[in-house]
Amino acid sequence: MKILVCLKQVPATDSRIKPSGDGHAVDLGGVEWVVNPYDEFALEEALRLKEKHSGEVVVLSLGGDRIEEAMRSALALGADRAVVLKDPAFVGAEPLAVAEALAAMAKRESPDLILCGKQGVDHDRMAVPAMLAEKLDWPQATVVVKLEIAADGKTAHAEREVEGGHEELELTLPAVIAAQKGLNEPRYANLKGIMAAKKKPVTVVTASELGLNPPASSVEILEVLQPSQARKNRMIAGDPAQQVEELVRILRTEEKIL
Amino acid sequence: MAHLVLTLVEHRDGHIRKSSLEALSLGKRLAAEGGGTQAALIVGKGVTNLASEIAARGAALVVIADHDVAAEYSTEVHAKAAERAIEKIGAGLILESATAQGKDLAPRIAARLQAPYLADIVDARVENGKLIAVRPEYAGKALIRVAVPVSKVVVTARPNVFPAEASAGAATPETTSIDLSDVKPRARVVRFVGASEETVDVAEAEIIVSGGRGLKGPENFPLVFELAKALGAGVGASRAVVDAGWIDHDHQVGQTGKTVSPTLYVACGISGAIQHLAGMRTSKCIVAINKDADAPIFKIADYGLAGDLFEILPRLTEAVKKVKGAG
Repeated sequence: MKILVCLKQVPATDSRIKPSGDGHAVDLGGVEWVVNPYDEFALEEALRLKEKHSGEVVVLSLGGDRIEEAMRSALALGADRAVVLKDPAFVGAEPLAVAEALAAMAKRESPDLILCGKQGVDHDRMAVPAMLAEKLDWPQATVVVKLEIAADGKTAHAEREVEGGHEELELTLPAVIAAQKGLNEPRYANLKGIMAAKKKPVTVVTASELGLNPPASSVEILEVLQPSQARKNRMIAGDPAQQVEELVRILRTEEKIL
Repeated sequence: MAHLVLTLVEHRDGHIRKSSLEALSLGKRLAAEGGGTQAALIVGKGVTNLASEIAARGAALVVIADHDVAAEYSTEVHAKAAERAIEKIGAGLILESATAQGKDLAPRIAARLQAPYLADIVDARVENGKLIAVRPEYAGKALIRVAVPVSKVVVTARPNVFPAEASAGAATPETTSIDLSDVKPRARVVRFVGASEETVDVAEAEIIVSGGRGLKGPENFPLVFELAKALGAGVGASRAVVDAGWIDHDHQVGQTGKTVSPTLYVACGISGAIQHLAGMRTSKCIVAINKDADAPIFKIADYGLAGDLFEILPRLTEAVKKVKGAG
């Protein structure tokens, strides 16, 4: 089976995020760029499915020059090839434009399955997988923690995380699946994989080749704020019994929570 | 007359979910600010009787899609219902709570409408034909204030942030219905498996008790569960203990887990890594219990107890039981 994996780069989760000088953007100077953690689960799942059902794993991405590094790391882990839309107009585009670009790339590949991370840990929108499914008119399962593909490659069984439990879904393929943490334990690259990755093809495509219009956005950014919430920072002293007594008193009479 | 807002209402076990009551209150306010009205959409099987409750919460019109095919949640069925509701009654701002369902459905609807999508907003108002909203990024390390024409936008609102107003009392709803009999979803929910612990889900909990490395081992997590049970709380966890396999990922709070805003967050044995703080910093009241008085968690706590959690937690559980028992 042919599996596409959508992958993006994001600032590492231990990055400090602050507004830029003019307050209209996030200052990403000096952050360490990593493969989006949820996309690692998507890639791992694709590699495991290929090992089980045989086939091909193709990584898709959009970005500038830096994305090359993420593509190579995916190829080192076992992906067969990569396709990248390199166009500055799509860097930081709204999710709908990203989904349209990925859909255009996917249509040229005719895959059986597309795996994405459930969300980018940068914009936290959880939008692209569902939008991509819509643009392809395919079924979707998001926040997936378990995935099985039938032997005939025509249907999938997925478990998604919802409030208070898991929903189990039956889907016909092709479909878009968005991976949640817990789906699998991603592997690490070895030297052999890293060497092999150097010879694997990375195809660069342009927006005009894909027939895409430059993305337009009607979302205007007014301001980037840093969260600030005044905290009381009150340390409660005493032995454990006194600390507990005082805390319960505060939560009851001052905070009125208990 | 077209409506300014269409709110998608979720239900479970025959009741409107609390997060949807919040969304209806928000939708009512936004519609009023924009000089328009709110309509609501309810999709399911045997849901027609919920219309009067929805009307009492501020919907001028309730669109009902009551059909066998909608017995379980389905992205495709619900998206088709929303599409048909919008075609039928006209609406600019499509609103849903940012629940598991909302996060799955709303972007699909946005893509169908070719509309901008604002996910997980925490503040909103309508002014001069625009929705001005604040949404967190980087798990809350940054807040982005954005403006978008109210005439075409899809929005999800974070649960537990916007207040749910009291019901206006029994109302005779104005309703209209839409048909779904031709919809054949290719993804279907075949089973729901409830979580095994008898606690509240962390994403919905008004109180959360979270455990970290300070618990020393998975065998001590019951201390957290017992306090949570006494408080009627959900159980959270730091990434360190999830990665160590002490507790399931469903419980993880932080940048690669859940972002939560409960009324009370009790951090037990959590030092306060930036990735954890990002997920819980908007909690209304934060209590930290940690051995190390210099732990970063105390910097964002309202109340700090520096001490041995093995001494503190059992006493706290007992004290809470006593208070609750006394009513």
